[in-house]
Amino acid sequence: MIDKKMNSAAAAVADIKDGSIVLIGGFGEAGSPIELIHALIDQGATGLTVVSNNTGSGNVGLAALIECKRVRKMICSFPKTANSTVFPALYKKGEIELELVPQGTLAERIRAGGAGIPAFYTITSVNTPLAEGKETREFDGRTYVLEHAIRADYSLVKCQAADRYGNLIYNKTARNFGPIMCTAAETTIVQTKEFRELGGIDPEHVVTPGIFVQRLVVIPNPAEESRLVREERRYP
Amino acid sequence: MTKEATAFGWSRAEMAQKAALDIQDGSYVNLGIGMPELVAAYVPEGREVIYHTENGLLGMGPTPQPGTEDTELINAGKRPVTAIPGACYFHHADSFTMIRGRHIDLCVLGAMQVSEQGDLANWSTGALDAIPAVGGAMDLVAGVKTVFVITQHTTKSGQPKLVKNCTYPLTGKGVVDRIYTNLAIIDVMPEGLLVKELAQGVTFDCVRKNTDASIEIHTDLL
Repeated sequence: MIDKKMNSAAAAVADIKDGSIVLIGGFGEAGSPIELIHALIDQGATGLTVVSNNTGSGNVGLAALIECKRVRKMICSFPKTANSTVFPALYKKGEIELELVPQGTLAERIRAGGAGIPAFYTITSVNTPLAEGKETREFDGRTYVLEHAIRADYSLVKCQAADRYGNLIYNKTARNFGPIMCTAAETTIVQTKEFRELGGIDPEHVVTPGIFVQRLVVIPNPAEESRLVREERRYP
Repeated sequence: MTKEATAFGWSRAEMAQKAALDIQDGSYVNLGIGMPELVAAYVPEGREVIYHTENGLLGMGPTPQPGTEDTELINAGKRPVTAIPGACYFHHADSFTMIRGRHIDLCVLGAMQVSEQGDLANWSTGALDAIPAVGGAMDLVAGVKTVFVITQHTTKSGQPKLVKNCTYPLTGKGVVDRIYTNLAIIDVMPEGLLVKELAQGVTFDCVRKNTDASIEIHTDLL
């Protein structure tokens, strides 16, 4: 029998090793799997490379993981958003590495990683500092830059509803990086608000097919990052 | 440089209105964060325009009523928005397929500098102690069919933003089609910048004095 549901976030992240590459979903707080991130902080893995669009805000979620010095390197497109102070402070002290990637290139590198494509050419960033040192090639008279796929050991993703096969649907713009990140890791761990019986998600409405998901945790009332930030909460 | 250059000519709302007049009926449009967001309010009635926000929504509607915000329905600036009837959500690879695959008709972006060849710098001053952040800016200028820039003509300290060559790191080379400033509407032509409309009370001489690039005026305005 296939049942990807696990009993706790702690159990779902228990085997993440030091030095792992971890994709973390979310665009700002929308789609950020805050309970899985907090379980990862409790678990203690360190020296992580984290791929996420931003670097979190306040002192909770991804920002807390960074603040606990568990992240060696961030790969992201926009590391400074409102209320993000943890990453900028560490970066200025030289205590965390940054690989800055245009947002669409970041998405495509993850998509390629999930699709077995090792690298691809894109026009984005040509003639800018972000293309420096990268291979280029001309197609039809235009210059393109070679970008490499991203594949990870783990993905941490948040969704709206799931069944035991791991079929997922998302909520509004919280979908963002979730579907592509599910495809690009050896082990994809998803926190879902709702758990449905098989057939409870119309096959026409499935956004992430269950084959891309290995573990599920039901978190019916996930914390709202912005509320925690407003209340100046810290994790742990 | 004349310090008052930012204090006369068109207001921010008037600049947004000018840009909005040039948005065609039926366009798919991406508006950058900041002043570009103002443009949506001025699109003439009768034109149907679909707004794309790169975090994953086509059919973005106005800001929600206070108390009805949803933390999972936001725009690229991470502020709460609404979705119009007929809207759709999608993941990031699809969203940037729309941008990079040349499906979006128009984007309106802010600028730190624009060169006379249409090079755009709008993501970094290149300062060593700054935290670099690029977001979707490089994807937008590389893939969107038409790129408008909306910006004050000079910086707060009166330095020209329209320059011969950008000194800040580029977002893209030769990507800007038209510039809306508080002084004028300017097209980027193969031979340089061309003023196609002057703001009320602004002379071409004033525009030229506040521009550090080769700039001409359309013969219809002479």
